[in-house]
Amino acid sequence: MVSRNEKHTDVVIVGFGWVGAIMARELTQAGLNVVALERGPRRDTWPEGAYPSSIDELTHNTRHALFLQPSQSTVTVRHRDSEVAAPYRQLAAFLPGTGVGGAGLHWSGCHWRISPVELRLRSHYEERYGKDFIPQDMTIQDWGVSYEELEPHFAFAESVFGTSGQAYKVNGKIVGNGNPFDADRSTPFPLPAMKNTYSAELYSKAAAECGYHPFRIPSANASQAYTNPYGCQMGACTFCGFCSGYACYNYSKASPNVNILPALERESRFELRAECDVLKVETDSSGKKATGVIYRTSKGEEIRQTADIVILASFAYNNPYLLLLSRIGQPYDPKTGEGTVGRNFVYQNESGVTLFFGQDKFTNPFIGAGGNGVAIDDFNADNFDHGPLGFVGGAPIWVNQAGSKPISSATVPKGTPQWGAHWKKAVKDNFQHTISIHAHGTNMAFRDCYLSLDPTYSDTAGRPLLRITFNWHDNDVKMIRYVTDRMADIGRAMKPESMSVETKEFGEEFDLRHYQTTHIAGGAIMGTSPKDSVVNRYLQHWDVSNLFVIGSSAFPQGIGYNPTGIVAALAYWSAKAIRERYLKSPGPMVQA
Amino acid sequence: MSVRSRKDGPLVCGRRAMLQGTALGLVAAALLYFPSEGVSEAADSEYAYRPVFFPDNDWHTLNSFVDRLIPADAEGPGALEAHVPEFIDRQMNTPYGHGSEWYLRPPMMKTSAALGYQFLFTPRDIYQQGLPALHSAIMQRYGKPFHQLDAGERDRIIGEMEKGSITLSPIPSKLLFGQILKNCKEGYFADPIHGGNYEMGAWKMIGFPGARADFTDWVDRYGARYPLPPVSVGGHGVQGGV
Repeated sequence: MVSRNEKHTDVVIVGFGWVGAIMARELTQAGLNVVALERGPRRDTWPEGAYPSSIDELTHNTRHALFLQPSQSTVTVRHRDSEVAAPYRQLAAFLPGTGVGGAGLHWSGCHWRISPVELRLRSHYEERYGKDFIPQDMTIQDWGVSYEELEPHFAFAESVFGTSGQAYKVNGKIVGNGNPFDADRSTPFPLPAMKNTYSAELYSKAAAECGYHPFRIPSANASQAYTNPYGCQMGACTFCGFCSGYACYNYSKASPNVNILPALERESRFELRAECDVLKVETDSSGKKATGVIYRTSKGEEIRQTADIVILASFAYNNPYLLLLSRIGQPYDPKTGEGTVGRNFVYQNESGVTLFFGQDKFTNPFIGAGGNGVAIDDFNADNFDHGPLGFVGGAPIWVNQAGSKPISSATVPKGTPQWGAHWKKAVKDNFQHTISIHAHGTNMAFRDCYLSLDPTYSDTAGRPLLRITFNWHDNDVKMIRYVTDRMADIGRAMKPESMSVETKEFGEEFDLRHYQTTHIAGGAIMGTSPKDSVVNRYLQHWDVSNLFVIGSSAFPQGIGYNPTGIVAALAYWSAKAIRERYLKSPGPMVQA
Repeated sequence: MSVRSRKDGPLVCGRRAMLQGTALGLVAAALLYFPSEGVSEAADSEYAYRPVFFPDNDWHTLNSFVDRLIPADAEGPGALEAHVPEFIDRQMNTPYGHGSEWYLRPPMMKTSAALGYQFLFTPRDIYQQGLPALHSAIMQRYGKPFHQLDAGERDRIIGEMEKGSITLSPIPSKLLFGQILKNCKEGYFADPIHGGNYEMGAWKMIGFPGARADFTDWVDRYGARYPLPPVSVGGHGVQGGV
């Protein structure tokens, strides 16, 4: 029951992670009054990131201090339509964020663009490999936006994040030993690439020996002190090894809290309300106009916030979740293929190789930074011939030494018992002498992988939980097995004493028991037609033109890289369209 | 949730102090290098922890159980020397112990193991209902409690629990085993502020530097052993570590 209405505002933003912060900044700059509603608590470098309490693995990584606990809200999961879904009761496979800064406060910092062909994936594959190459039930499609259109926004986002890296090509000129598969850039990286760890150095040499093209991962961990265009300051990264799951104690890792919020806090048109959980988006009687949102405070009070523009900026699947709860748009039906909300839910498809070196070779895996490392793109995107291979997609392969902590990363060779004297000796013998290599692969969209509301389970607010129907398909298993073989070749070239390979088997089911990645996407995808997408190329809802749905929820299918870079670029791209076009003439910016 | 609240007093050392410590440490290490594992910690014979959560019987079982999961030997401390039982006892009185992180609403669903934990038990439930059931099963089989069995017998039982081949109710033996093993490793490797990893013994054994948090000078010392012993978030280690 709504107890009161807040004063009307121009823009209400749901969720205050990277997208919420970027949109708030861009739209207050356009002269609009902006209210941002964040479900979780206020958070900042102090106190959440303060040294030394932030350098505590048990509290942060093991007990998930900064994450959304399932007891507050969770999802249900099943492998196929014929099954009853079960709740994701304990955090494991993926770790949704909450609180001011969202997962942007405690991410790693790999800050990528995207391969241009991935933005027009279906068209590209059909052109190069023929229409029959893409399996019938693979529902991949084009994004509706090109790399050239996004390029200025990638460049600006890098300047805001203080991204460290080495460019390959700037304005058509080769400028250094960056990634030769990269598309052209308008600017170099704002900061030079970070130092390589020993592991990255060894990997780089071995990958080059194998004939591949190693380059340093673009990292939103600052290699030097930096001041961004908003006047926000960063300190040089100290390689402490506590990025993912932790707030950076040193102002070195880009976050909405460090890189945007200080500028917004000086802005009188901006108001941030924490611990405000948005329950639904309201529309007028026509269903074509959003009138605002209803949210619940931590005291249980329900409040209505009306606004001229509503922006959904929450974590991946929470954007489509809110659309389903608000009954905006037609829910996707996998049997008929009709409806769009919840369609094309995707994950990230990963594998890894762990190398064990002898006692006298110290790899010091506890040294690290979340965005640091060396990658190759020889098997990512369409940088290799898929014709004879018979699968769609690929993976960058990298050494990304983010810092091993003993509870989560006491890695032992395969076949070692899980306890007892042998386990203990194996941990002791290997902790300082291992290197991990990962393939961070694409997951294609399939007709039977989607989001819907669960009929059985609800959360503390009485909302039905979001239900994920998802499983691996042969295409993705084929891809990751192929890439893993290439990765193992590089691993062997690094001459370890022994090596463990983790890959996927055909028929293997999605397993939620072990951490994989939080790179979840799709469900409210962007595209060129309202028949198969929720939002148009400007991230504007096809039917409700004053509603914008921004985030990895817009990805039509999985990408090879980590999602944050393109999410930030899409936010700036959408904000520009709102500022330059929508505000002058509110209404659909693309005719259906 | 954090064990040490900000109001707890003057434990925070500050980054400046830590950085100075590191710089001094590197100089000291360069001048008189000594390997950290050569320094053995004197065993604290005075140590006696009174459990708050576990009743006596369960406490004996728990102690003799973790003693086999991470046994004491020449490689480094065992779970008992690392005060793992104290860690687990303290954890049971945190929100985690009460299951407040987990989604525990019914109904319970019989489903593929790949979908993860599907019981409605909190960690306290698992210990409170699991350890007495284990005790009864062992009394029936051996006529004496778990903690009076020799190491080989205990290892055999733990191995059977790992496979789930001992029938316990209502907590399946595999679930009880998994919970103890997980908490045991946490207590062994977590920062000593949480009650385990006594004197950072486990960190010294494997060469983890704890909360040093600044490796600017070591990131490109390729292949070289990091020379400084670990430090704890708890302040004492930060001051005394170098």
